[in-house]
Amino acid sequence: MAQQAVLKDRSMVLQKEMIASHFARLEKAPENHEPVVYTFVPGNLTELIRSFGALPVLPEINALQSGMRKLSGDFIAEAERAGHAEDVCAYVKCDIGMARSGNIGPSGTKLPKPDLLLLSYTGCYTFMKWFELLREEYDCPTVLFHVPYQGDGMLEPEHRQYMIRQLREEVIPALERVTGRAYDEERLRENLVLAARAEDDLSAVLQSAKHKPSPIDGYFGTVYYVGPIFSAFRGTSEGVEYYRALRQEVEARVAAGLGPIVPDGSLDEQRYRLVVEGPPSWTHFRDFWKMFTDEKAVVVASTYTKVGGTYDFGFRHDPRDPLGTLADYCSGCYTNLNLPSRIEMISRYIREYEADGFVINSIKSCNSFSAGQLMILREVEKRTGVPGAFIESDLVDPRYFSQANIKNRLESYFQMIESRRRGAPREAVVA
Amino acid sequence: MSCVVGIDLGSTTTKAVVLDQDGTILGRGITNSRSNYDLAATVARTEAFINARFGLIQQQAPDAMTSSVVQRLRRAFILEQFLHQLRRLRELMEEEVERSAPPAIHSALRGALEDICQAIAEEEELRFKAPPAPRSDFFRDTAGSAFMRLGAQVAERGGEVTFDRLLGLYDKCIIRAENEPLDLDFRDHIGDALERVGKAGSLAEAVEFAATTDLTPTAVVGTGYGRARLPFPKEQIRSEILCHGLGAHALFPQTRTVLDIGGQDTKAIQVDPDGIVTSFQMNDRCAAGCGRYLGYIADEMNLGLHELGPLAEQSKRTVKINSTCTVFAGAELRELLSLGQKREDILAGLHRAIVLRAMSLLARSGGVSDEFTFTGGVAKNPAAVRAIRELVDENYGARTINISADSIYTGALGAALFAKRMVT
Repeated sequence: MAQQAVLKDRSMVLQKEMIASHFARLEKAPENHEPVVYTFVPGNLTELIRSFGALPVLPEINALQSGMRKLSGDFIAEAERAGHAEDVCAYVKCDIGMARSGNIGPSGTKLPKPDLLLLSYTGCYTFMKWFELLREEYDCPTVLFHVPYQGDGMLEPEHRQYMIRQLREEVIPALERVTGRAYDEERLRENLVLAARAEDDLSAVLQSAKHKPSPIDGYFGTVYYVGPIFSAFRGTSEGVEYYRALRQEVEARVAAGLGPIVPDGSLDEQRYRLVVEGPPSWTHFRDFWKMFTDEKAVVVASTYTKVGGTYDFGFRHDPRDPLGTLADYCSGCYTNLNLPSRIEMISRYIREYEADGFVINSIKSCNSFSAGQLMILREVEKRTGVPGAFIESDLVDPRYFSQANIKNRLESYFQMIESRRRGAPREAVVA
Repeated sequence: MSCVVGIDLGSTTTKAVVLDQDGTILGRGITNSRSNYDLAATVARTEAFINARFGLIQQQAPDAMTSSVVQRLRRAFILEQFLHQLRRLRELMEEEVERSAPPAIHSALRGALEDICQAIAEEEELRFKAPPAPRSDFFRDTAGSAFMRLGAQVAERGGEVTFDRLLGLYDKCIIRAENEPLDLDFRDHIGDALERVGKAGSLAEAVEFAATTDLTPTAVVGTGYGRARLPFPKEQIRSEILCHGLGAHALFPQTRTVLDIGGQDTKAIQVDPDGIVTSFQMNDRCAAGCGRYLGYIADEMNLGLHELGPLAEQSKRTVKINSTCTVFAGAELRELLSLGQKREDILAGLHRAIVLRAMSLLARSGGVSDEFTFTGGVAKNPAAVRAIRELVDENYGARTINISADSIYTGALGAALFAKRMVT
């Protein structure tokens, strides 16, 4: 692995600036009278929220950022003091703890209170409980946008109509009330045009991992890449600019035959190509990543980076049908897919990205992600003939990360792939 | 003679296996891991080579010389090693008396130590003469239990030497004694051992042959939790999951499922017809239901680890136990005892609970296929083996279940086989 001086790509600089300016703007939102809408990553309606001149806040992003900055342990302890049990979703407890500790966001600025809690329900039941708790904390209006679960692997036209009707009759009126502005469909269309442009570039970035060596890490690196589009910047010109810059950088790496930038430099020699299912452990993100790069393993695709949208399979926001396209977007988020669809998606990644294996990181405090993962493991192994690994950790609860145990499992797994590649002479022992 | 070595640095014990170039096992060695993996690896490896040299003596011995003579020589050698360690332990305790005890009681303490160590040495001499009875392999356990027993007797005499003071001395010094490199190798003690059994000419020749045979390993592979501590390049380190899989395959070539219950983890492993791992599951960060849990239970019941299984086997009515939490083990045990449950019934329940946890891992790894091999230290425990047999039968039907008498060495054997591949 080539050691390189830390060079910041333009996209990294851009992202940092975008996030800093967004949080600075959020801090001043009350004095500038800019309305604030809290919402979730899967099923976020950023184009719609922004068409009302409102600013989105994503509590999951704050929680994962707190995890990366080693703040989540204290926040979780604070929430547990308030009565939340050990096995409650760690994102929820981190968020509640943060709110109770002065609501200082990950960038060190104070987060404004929400004017509206916009709950897009896309498969995670905990989201409902989370916003119920936040409603208690903030005493503000809440609107529920119910996205039907893709239990049969697809939705019927009436499901789509049901969602459009909710947008028209519930969500839009709620946004109108808290912002004092009327719904402006033209502005929404403009945002959707920008969204689709960024989605094109993001898809190209994600699919670049089909190259060998892969120029990106499709999990650890890609959680940074999806940051802007999953948070506040889908449907904005900053978002378009960021993804254009990122795509150019990645294409340059492909042309130069380079691997991705990882914690220790550039991972040009890639011994294992992997697919990952499940969110990362944010509290030990670097250590966790290093367990892969030390073995020269690159992730070529991951499902977690699709929780905010499955763009690489072709979905694009369509300005010609603004509310319909929002409904389609929400129903297609990874969290809203049933187990057969998830199995098919992972199997497809393994085939199309020519992966040597796949790793499931099962999250202790997230039943909605973790339930059924062993079944996924077996079925994907059966369909692809590629071996899977199963490890366990947590989103942002540092107590659930066992370095030795996870390292042991991963090392064993890599050695298992290696010995399967080599085959083995028969052994017999005379005792 | 060309040979290779595999070392398995477990959380509780460290094992080594020496193989010749044909894959024949020449020797095995084991020691407690004593939080000092470097030394534990050296000791286990030394023991394995001693074992290998005794194998050579047996090979060389003329037909007329029965294996019982070689066995006797082996026991004499173990006795010499023991006495050597005991002398060193006594020196350390005497130094500690000088350093930390009030001067007024120095001579009383030294006298007590002399009495105790003398009595331990005499007991060991008698033990050498009597037929061997099973006991722990480790000096810390055997010397420790004798010291406690004899120390209590000395303290009962009254005076200034209290049991607590003696116990404190032992605790402090056994750690030092265990962590300094001692001269325990073959050549250090074989002369005295030979002296003890009488120098029959042919035996002395065989010993000479064994002592002078060159056994320099051409490759060493390490595995186990402490493997990162081994001063080996990365290629010489293998995961214990692969090593247990390969070791079990070598012992029982039809093996398709392997269960290893070690000190602080349990592994369910599926292997293909070549012994290559195809799938595995391990316990998560919590070591509930692993070997260490049995260790705590043994401590709570004031029993030796090796006594738990046989006691559980006497149970007529298994108590149902759900929790295998190591941290709560003591509380759970006292609760059940206070409810009037018998020790053997509680122990039977505990063994079943451990195996139930292992069954869950087995199910998650892909089930139990024919043949099934049970490895690791816990496979020596008859109650755990019985529970495995029952639960495998209940859940998967008839399966051939393999348990080697040397199951604890399976990981080290796998490591040695990987080492052999490096040179062939």
